[in-house]
Amino acid sequence: MSLWNTVLPYILSGISVGGQYALIAVGYTMVYGILRLINFAHGDVFMVAGLMMVYFAAAMPLYAAIPLMIALTVLLGFTIERVAYKPLRTAPRMSVMISAIGVSYLLQNLALYITGGLNKNYPQIPWISDKVTVLGATTTRVTVITPFLTVALVFALVYLINHTKVGMAMRAVSKDFETAQLMGIRINNVISVTFVIGTFLAAIGSLLFFSNYPGIVPTSGAMPGLKAFVAAVFGGIGSIPGAVVGAFIIGISESLIKGLDTILITHGAIAEQMDFSTFSDAVTFVLLIVILVFKPTGLFGEKATDKV
Amino acid sequence: MLDKKEANRKNLVSLVAVLAFLAVVLLLDQIIAPTSKLYMLLTVLQKGSVYALAAVSMNLLNGFTGLFSLGHAGFMLIGAYTYAIFSIPSDARDTVYQYFDAAVRVSLPEVLGNAIGAFGTALGVLLAVLLAGLVAAVFAYLIGLPVLRLKSDYLAIATLGFAEIIRAIFQWKKLGPVTNGSNLLKNFARCSTFKLSLGGATVSLSTFVPVLIATVCIALIVLLVNSTYGRAFKAIRDDEVAAEAMGINLARHKMLAFCTSCFFAGVSGATMAMVLSIAQANNFKSAMTYEILLMVVLGGIGSISGSVIGALLFISASEWWLRGLDSGSFLGITAPTVFRNGFRLVVFSIIIMIVVLFFRKGIMGDRELPEALAGLRRKRAKKAEEVTGRE
Repeated sequence: MSLWNTVLPYILSGISVGGQYALIAVGYTMVYGILRLINFAHGDVFMVAGLMMVYFAAAMPLYAAIPLMIALTVLLGFTIERVAYKPLRTAPRMSVMISAIGVSYLLQNLALYITGGLNKNYPQIPWISDKVTVLGATTTRVTVITPFLTVALVFALVYLINHTKVGMAMRAVSKDFETAQLMGIRINNVISVTFVIGTFLAAIGSLLFFSNYPGIVPTSGAMPGLKAFVAAVFGGIGSIPGAVVGAFIIGISESLIKGLDTILITHGAIAEQMDFSTFSDAVTFVLLIVILVFKPTGLFGEKATDKV
Repeated sequence: MLDKKEANRKNLVSLVAVLAFLAVVLLLDQIIAPTSKLYMLLTVLQKGSVYALAAVSMNLLNGFTGLFSLGHAGFMLIGAYTYAIFSIPSDARDTVYQYFDAAVRVSLPEVLGNAIGAFGTALGVLLAVLLAGLVAAVFAYLIGLPVLRLKSDYLAIATLGFAEIIRAIFQWKKLGPVTNGSNLLKNFARCSTFKLSLGGATVSLSTFVPVLIATVCIALIVLLVNSTYGRAFKAIRDDEVAAEAMGINLARHKMLAFCTSCFFAGVSGATMAMVLSIAQANNFKSAMTYEILLMVVLGGIGSISGSVIGALLFISASEWWLRGLDSGSFLGITAPTVFRNGFRLVVFSIIIMIVVLFFRKGIMGDRELPEALAGLRRKRAKKAEEVTGRE
């Protein structure tokens, strides 16, 4: 078997995972661009979206469950911003970050209470969970459509930001908060729109992400959330294309590390299992630290200047 | 300004208060039986002292130096593992490392115990704790070299990342001979076995030891904060550029604060292993760091006594006072459908959100306990004066 044939399945699943991370990462990067806030609760909103889907799918048909899940997730994102971040608008940045950590703690505990800490099976969604064969590798259809859907959504978003009035307002707010306010932009509305878009993408992301996994537990959102944030930093925080590229790089490297043992053994580089898969989460952070040390503003980040 | 005599008197009062507290803990350790309802108090004191030390050491970094680090769980993990590895007795080692051939075969308490008796065992435990702190500090130094150049959120996320990397390394199968892979470490010297034989009587030390370790370490941190180094840390927190202009070496002081904080995080990790009698990498997730951060916030960022109070309140609320919320009845209300597993944590996180949103300064703000008490006394005196004035 050629190297390409062993590596391809891992790259394909990496692209798929990367696409899911990208959808979450966009939410992080938009919020950070405007509020300079690491929204630690974003990963948990993603988890809550997954849990809602589990409960709704049991109670109603899918064509009703999916829109309801998306609508409620968006409402949740909007409410979190209004209740937990808005009152701290003038507080130091660290207070807002602590508030975000508090929200994340609350959402996880709430999920723990409602599910009783049990693993909840994600509903089978017909068509997207079907098996297909691509370039000789068997995989689910969701793996194949994820990157395309992601790219399409991101293009729509970039269009929105560059060519609409609200997009212009967003760009203005992220450039300079106070001046934007003086120019008559309603800051709070712009921030709310940002959260609505971010959580909408996270809801779609959760639909794609959890279809690939057997179940959800209350801590399921923490790791994908962190990774998506790292992707956002990797690509240069505040930059949407950067977040997408970062997410794909992180998804692919994570997936390759998971398969590194198999790849190396098939090609005779090592004789026995080295258990590199233990590092599938850690590799994300290694990438993060490398980029922070060598290019602190990320791949596509703007250079920030410190004013005394 | 305080004159010297006044300052000396205050230090003496604090010292006496701390010694009295330690004596009470030692006494409680003897009189509360494991079957007693009050036994929860001892558990709270044990776990509380671990978390108090962790919170104070985090506060040294986040509150006093202004370096927002979220890597605490990782350094506690290093401490817990170092302590555990160097204090597993040799006859228990093979049962603990059942899937690996143990590489480290030194047990400090055992070696010193065989050499100089019971005192040696205690010294060995102490040395293992110290070693735990030192190893954590060495890791902190290596991590600090690249990371400390980063600012605020970037520093937070990079340290968080390092904690996750450390957790992965400690679970790696190839390091199994040292760390036991993803299996837990147990059977090492732990709190429940700490006893002192005096003549015929045995004195239980299972709560006293962790409380003592935490008290001594916190006292050292207080001394550090009040020294010239402490003033330099605060200057860096308030304004980096101004501090540098005043001749403070930023890199050196940041590194010093980071390593010291991680040293004490390592010690608190070792104490945690001692209290829980197991050490497992999977327990030291970033959620633990968040909890410690919330304790610091609860007590007030920039107040050492605040962190201690925050940690003790956090632990007593989550382990003791709010227990009823999980098991059916709370404050005399019985509602098993609402008060079931997990409700305690929901109520608790709502309380924390209220503190974060509406009482942003926490319980103590940036004041210390003696100062707050003096303020309270003055207020009361003023009120009494007003009352007499009116009459």
